[in-house]
Amino acid sequence: MQTASSYEKVLLARSKDRPGIYDYIRTLFDGFIEFHGDRLYRDDPSIVGGIAMFHDIPVTVIGHHKGKTTEEQIAYNFGMTSPEGYRKARRLMVQAEKFGRPVITFIDTPGAYPGMEAESNGQSNAIAENLAFMSAMQTPSIAIITGEGSSGGALALAVSDRVWMLENAVYSILSPEGFASILYKDAKRASEASDAMKLTAQDLKQFGLIDAIIPEGKKMFLALDSMLLRELNRLMKMNKTALVEARYQKFREIDHMND
Amino acid sequence: MLLNDIFSQRKIMWNRMAQKRKRGQEKIKACPKCKMEYYSGEWKENQYICPSCHAYMPVPAKERVAYILDENSFKELFAQIITKDPLDFDGYEEKLQLNQRKTGMQDAFLAGVGKIENRKVAIGVLDGRFLMGSMGTAVGEKIVCLTEYAKKKNLPLIIFSASGGARMQEGLFSLMQMAKTATAIEQFKQKGGLFISCLTNPTTGGVSASYASLGDIILAEPGALICFAGPRVIEQTIGQTLPEGFQRAEFLLEHGMIDCIVERKDFRDTLSSILQMHL
Ligand SMILES: [Zn+2]
Repeated sequence: MQTASSYEKVLLARSKDRPGIYDYIRTLFDGFIEFHGDRLYRDDPSIVGGIAMFHDIPVTVIGHHKGKTTEEQIAYNFGMTSPEGYRKARRLMVQAEKFGRPVITFIDTPGAYPGMEAESNGQSNAIAENLAFMSAMQTPSIAIITGEGSSGGALALAVSDRVWMLENAVYSILSPEGFASILYKDAKRASEASDAMKLTAQDLKQFGLIDAIIPEGKKMFLALDSMLLRELNRLMKMNKTALVEARYQKFREIDHMND
Repeated sequence: MLLNDIFSQRKIMWNRMAQKRKRGQEKIKACPKCKMEYYSGEWKENQYICPSCHAYMPVPAKERVAYILDENSFKELFAQIITKDPLDFDGYEEKLQLNQRKTGMQDAFLAGVGKIENRKVAIGVLDGRFLMGSMGTAVGEKIVCLTEYAKKKNLPLIIFSASGGARMQEGLFSLMQMAKTATAIEQFKQKGGLFISCLTNPTTGGVSASYASLGDIILAEPGALICFAGPRVIEQTIGQTLPEGFQRAEFLLEHGMIDCIVERKDFRDTLSSILQMHL
């Protein structure tokens, strides 16, 4: 079923040649205005967020920013987000809810930033608050894992009504290297770990942990555009109570899906 | 040596002899910090606090419930929930069985109802001895069932956490338990429920970054390690050793992340006082 091995997919998912957050924004949306800051401490550049038009629907767009060149990667902390970034995302989602805008997130992160300042500023608190807010948000949300969706740092933007993955994206509890060093006491066994972890879009679709796979290639943006349009229209027709209840059940029933 | 010291040393010796007569059959466990040896009954009676150096040892979930609740008031719920080993992960089944044998629990979470000073509560306790108290599908499901039970019955919800984070052997299913527990807790809180989250050593990773950080009130035991990324991971990232006390309960208090630090033996009284103000 798979042409590339799990670990090849991990490497592919991390490739600098893949589209980044601004590529998605430029291609899929019009008139993007970027908003900054968590209103508490600072602006975390590893998260990009703002408002834009999707066809005739105003939406809030939020995503991880990894950067492509080395300078960029350092500037955006390789897409590793600090509490301020998650709090910025949450602030933009609160705003989206107020004005009834759907939220579309693009996820591509090696994980939440494991730094001293991030811990001091409440990394756990920031992630947990995002999970809680997204779970009960009274406006539709769609999460798209575009590259590397690693750990709570990815989930913090993905408690959504629809969770999609690009064909060569991966979504996992932590990096295969981290997983291997914990369970096999040897980070070099990452390839073996990525098989055992079942982190490819194909595996996760089979488990029912994600809703759809977006085929990559020439017509990827076209496919994404039609899927977004169709599902947003569907979700926006639901009343708020039904929407929140459906999302509750979606995550509530997660381990029964493969029964 | 002072006369006083000699007397206190003899007192300790007498005490040890008396304990030996009383508990000769019990297992002896040494304090990992000061190496003093005590019988298992002594540990239990002293709430797993070392009598000589006052270090906090991990508390088995069943004992924790006994320390917190009115005598014989605990009734276990959702005991039948077990993991389905969703990834069919090599060696996991055997590891589970070994941990079940070691702890007498089906998985790392004990859930139930009981009373504190006659006030009925829903209570859950993570047991750090069971695969480091890690949260997989069984733990997540039990937390959600308990939360929904508390919501339905209008009970305050108290959860004691002790966890190394998400359970690796269940992969993304474990990550999803963060979303699942956070979702249930949020609904419970929005319906007016009181959630008191009690953090004990250690509360880290996916547990710390989900339901455990969502308490209306967050209490912690002194010295408990509470963090998202563990100290070793951070040391690798920044390439230097961390300062003393970093990510400990006192540090979190100072940084505004928890409400207060409560001594282990004061927990029952503190919880009771809080409950009295939430009638
Ligand atoms: Zn000791």
